[in-house]
Amino acid sequence: MYPADLKYDTEHEWVRIDGDVVTVGISDYAQDHLGEVVFVDLPAVGDTVTAGDTFGEVESVKSVSDLYSPVSGEVVKVNDALDGAPETINDDAYGAGWMIEVQLSDPLELDGLMSAEEYEAFIASEA
Amino acid sequence: MTDDHGTAAEPGAPLLRTPLYEEHVALGARMVPFAGFEMPVQYAGIIDEHRAVRTRAGIFDICHMAEFRVFGFDAFDALQRIVTNDLHKIDELGTAVYTLMCAPDGGVIDDLIVYHTGDIEYLVIANASNRDEDAAWIRTHLPETVEFVDESDKTALIALQGPEAIRIITELAGGEPPARFHIGEARLDEQVPVLLARTGYTGEDGVEILCHVSHAVAVWRLLLSFGEVTPCGLGARDTLRLEMGYALYGNDIDRTTDPISAGLGWTLSLAKGDFVGRDRIARVKADGPTRKLVGLAVADGVPRHGFPVLHDGAQVGTVASGTFSPTLEHGIATAYVPVELAATGTSLQVAIRRRTVDAEVVKMPFVTGTSLSPK
Repeated sequence: MYPADLKYDTEHEWVRIDGDVVTVGISDYAQDHLGEVVFVDLPAVGDTVTAGDTFGEVESVKSVSDLYSPVSGEVVKVNDALDGAPETINDDAYGAGWMIEVQLSDPLELDGLMSAEEYEAFIASEA
Repeated sequence: MTDDHGTAAEPGAPLLRTPLYEEHVALGARMVPFAGFEMPVQYAGIIDEHRAVRTRAGIFDICHMAEFRVFGFDAFDALQRIVTNDLHKIDELGTAVYTLMCAPDGGVIDDLIVYHTGDIEYLVIANASNRDEDAAWIRTHLPETVEFVDESDKTALIALQGPEAIRIITELAGGEPPARFHIGEARLDEQVPVLLARTGYTGEDGVEILCHVSHAVAVWRLLLSFGEVTPCGLGARDTLRLEMGYALYGNDIDRTTDPISAGLGWTLSLAKGDFVGRDRIARVKADGPTRKLVGLAVADGVPRHGFPVLHDGAQVGTVASGTFSPTLEHGIATAYVPVELAATGTSLQVAIRRRTVDAEVVKMPFVTGTSLSPK
């Protein structure tokens, strides 16, 4: 449910680290809680995101959630395929359901994120 | 979770549970507060449940709804003065009619289905959130010769809806159910005594099954013993009804809206004689309403209750009901807008948080071609 090679934040985003570029998506817990995703609003390539600030939103039939960036930097890639198939986020949250790639401006921010084990404990404490 | 109309009766009041609560939990439902009850909003998922009802059959726990029984020699005359529709339409025993109940100023107190269940006897099914107000209102408008009983606590209500619904209930009841907008007695699986009402809130054919609360679990399980039956929550109930443009009390109609502006003129009989609210409603009809409830198709994003509706950048209304249509796969909404902007094809916009998206006034129902659509 929570791949060990990813880092997580308290808003239920995950990041996959590849040098100073990270991929961002939402966790399995988040997609399950939200229900079937019917709409995603993401930033454009070249936009700047800031750790802790919203970078978009994701909607299901019944609810809407803001997406909070776990890191700061420049958006270098956006998963445009989600536009036509937002349910991919439910089907493959850690794979094809990725949302953006960010060129990190402050790689030290990654130290503030949780490991899979810590994230699982965090969810348990929230429930 | 955002639940547009899941308002509890009183903040802090303990939530009530229907007799099917344990069934929902066992099925893995997500429970939410709605009209003072803990109700299932979804089981597997709203879209799958919605499609199950459009293509096969779904069941809904609607035990939270209110049931009143009104009887006595003067019951007809008394009810005829309380509701907007003409109850002569249900002179025949076992027939039903959708109607509104209005205040003297024409505001809508509730929308109801009135069933002629017996000689000098009527069954009224009302919205859960309005139960106490409705009961008080009806009681004060009945003469002493008419008995009023609030049977909500002992009456369970389960809706079976979808193109397969009639075949399933025919098998369970050992015979065909009553015709559309009719009600009649039946026995399910040769055991459970029920009333079958051929009514619903989805746009699909089907029945609403009334029984004593002690039989609710048995009925629910009998229905689920059919592999093609999907348990459905309030989420799918809302997307299904909005695709049909059916009004939801609290969103589309309330004390501040009149039947004419709401597009519910077909539930009125101004010719039947006097009824509460008639003069004010007749005046709105004669003068023409200043605002009308219209359907909006929204290409991008999901419109929701309370979002601003704009025309040329200026706000002209707010979204009454809004959702994502699983059938059309885009956002749909209703909104009260000035009559001059109510024509089909009019271009408007909806403000969806940070974005403003295009919306077009469209005819309702949003979805046609259901098992109840005119062929």
